[in-house]
Amino acid sequence: MILQAIDTLVVLLILTNLLLLGTNRLNGCIRMIAFQGFLLGVLAIFLQTPGNPVHIFLLAAGSMILKGVVFPWLLSRALREAHVRREVDPFVGFTLSLIAGGAALAVAVSLGARLPLPEALGSTLVFPGALFMIFVGFFLIVSRRTALSQVLGYLVLENGIYLCGIALIHDEPVLIEMGVLLDVFVAVFIMGIMIFHIQREFDHIETDQLATLKDVEP
Amino acid sequence: MLALFGFPFWGGCTAFLLRTDRSRRILLLACAILHLFLTMAAWKVQLRPELNGWLALDTLGLLFLTLISLLFMAAALYAVGYLRRESHGRIKDFEEGVLFSNEPEAVFIGCLLFFLGTMTLVTLSQRFGLLWVAIEATTLSSAPLIYFHRHHRSLEAAWKYLLICSVGIALALLGSFFLVVAAQGTGGRTLIVQDMVQHAAHLRGPWLKAAFLLLLIGYGTKMGLAPLHTWLPDAHSEAPSVVSALLSGALLNCAFLGILRVVQVCVAAGLLSFVQGLLTGFGLLSMGVAAVFIVGQADYKRMLAYSSVEHMGIMALGVGLGGAGIFGALLQAVNHSLAKAMLFLTAGNILGVYKTKTVSGVRGALRVLPVSGALWVAGFLMITGSPPFGLFPSEFAILKAALDGGHGGVAAAYLLSLALIFIGMAGIFLRMAQGEAPSPRCPEPWWSILPPLLLGLGVLVLGLYVPPFLTAALQTISRTLGAP
Repeated sequence: MILQAIDTLVVLLILTNLLLLGTNRLNGCIRMIAFQGFLLGVLAIFLQTPGNPVHIFLLAAGSMILKGVVFPWLLSRALREAHVRREVDPFVGFTLSLIAGGAALAVAVSLGARLPLPEALGSTLVFPGALFMIFVGFFLIVSRRTALSQVLGYLVLENGIYLCGIALIHDEPVLIEMGVLLDVFVAVFIMGIMIFHIQREFDHIETDQLATLKDVEP
Repeated sequence: MLALFGFPFWGGCTAFLLRTDRSRRILLLACAILHLFLTMAAWKVQLRPELNGWLALDTLGLLFLTLISLLFMAAALYAVGYLRRESHGRIKDFEEGVLFSNEPEAVFIGCLLFFLGTMTLVTLSQRFGLLWVAIEATTLSSAPLIYFHRHHRSLEAAWKYLLICSVGIALALLGSFFLVVAAQGTGGRTLIVQDMVQHAAHLRGPWLKAAFLLLLIGYGTKMGLAPLHTWLPDAHSEAPSVVSALLSGALLNCAFLGILRVVQVCVAAGLLSFVQGLLTGFGLLSMGVAAVFIVGQADYKRMLAYSSVEHMGIMALGVGLGGAGIFGALLQAVNHSLAKAMLFLTAGNILGVYKTKTVSGVRGALRVLPVSGALWVAGFLMITGSPPFGLFPSEFAILKAALDGGHGGVAAAYLLSLALIFIGMAGIFLRMAQGEAPSPRCPEPWWSILPPLLLGLGVLVLGLYVPPFLTAALQTISRTLGAP
């Protein structure tokens, strides 16, 4: 029963990642990230039982509130204030992105099958799922043009590592987990402010314009 | 011990609340002096571990904490004068002529103090999770410092710094999780460095190896090891010189400390050759990349930044060679911090007068700025490892370790990079110092001279005489890193 629930949730996470690769609206991407945060909160409950109930509650509530509500709110505020075009505008087209996503999924599954995993993992799907999220995060960071999409990529990467964390680790003190969440929160907060400044300075948030600093003149 | 990292945070919060710039500058100086005093006291008094051993000051932490404290003191002195000189309101950019304003001073001083607090926490953390939180916090508190001059180039630098380092450090978090898996079932409190070292024989090998790789890549990004160094030249060249000095001298060391903590565990677990091979490779690659970019570099602050990549490579190489090389690497860390901070502060003086960062725009520095010009030339001799300065014995110790260990090829590559860098730097430094003076002699206020002068004297003294307490400390640390 629990195993089935975990599997369903991980499959949902994988689907949100594929959607992230194929969506062309920034608003849609932000909503997808919010949904991921919510799914991670629910997964934390399943993956961490049996454990200290207070600890599980804090972990699930912390990730749901921060990743599911606060981050998306910060990002959509940055989007609104920056008055940017609402499209993702990728370097790599959507079809190609999806194909790359499929390839990344295959690599993640084969890697997950080969590594000597500890028994602690809830399901055989969790670790490949986490690896896949990490790959997608990297792909989004390098293949998207706007600063906001890069932050989204960073969040997907962070979510993947977080999934790894809640699956692998059961006795880490709450203080450290809260510290990690706080750091990510501040990172997103500062990135939001900087997106606003980039917009004011350049009239757009496309990072390929951030290319003044280099060693060799073209 | 709690006071040591607690009060900079308190000071940082206060800086945001204070009304006048004057009171904020006094607060900055007071915090720097208090921090230095507490650090010196920590050499005399043995501090007890706090919070179940999460926070403890071992010799390795104390060494790096002392460096941070000394550099922050110098930087605070310099910053007070610098902030007074930087006029408020709109400033004309000397490179492209656009107008920009500076960051509010409350944000600048507040972030400086937060930066001090987070770096102190890095040196005190004995638990890998806490160490990760602290290192990521240093990135976050220093990103606003890079964006002090609010124009598009510093914005670009700050964005690259924040994004590249955050992504890199996210990998280090994954590495920390793998460490937990490696430590499961060993008994003892997991993830505290000393406990892991004691139970190292029971750690699971493959997971520990994977963890080391991820942590090396993660913290290596922050430390500036090639090919992960791409943020470093941009951030160091666009930040105000006083911030560059702290970034290069103190922050890179903090990331190095993160790697050394993992090395301690791996060495105890018997992975010595695996660790050493990786560190040697990264070290040599960093030196090579730095040499390529230093030769013919047109921007003198970028040149100093690449020199930091070089020296981080030397330190990684020293630890990778093992034996006496570890002692050399630690001594190198001490000397490099002092010398590089001094050079960045001096570069700030030159930049303030000539208003350009290009090498070709600066001529006759020795005539226009006699003291800063002399420091600039002395700094060149220091940073390239010429006798009688402190980097000579440390770089020589690493060379000797390479030859003693029978790594002839490594030694040759090491010497070749050093020679290339010496030639490249000689051209840049000497051309800037010599030549016709474009303007009459400029006044040099005491605050711009004293901090780099004292740091430079420190490097000179370390070249002539290494105090016994320092030697003993360095030897204690070397033994935990695999030296016999």
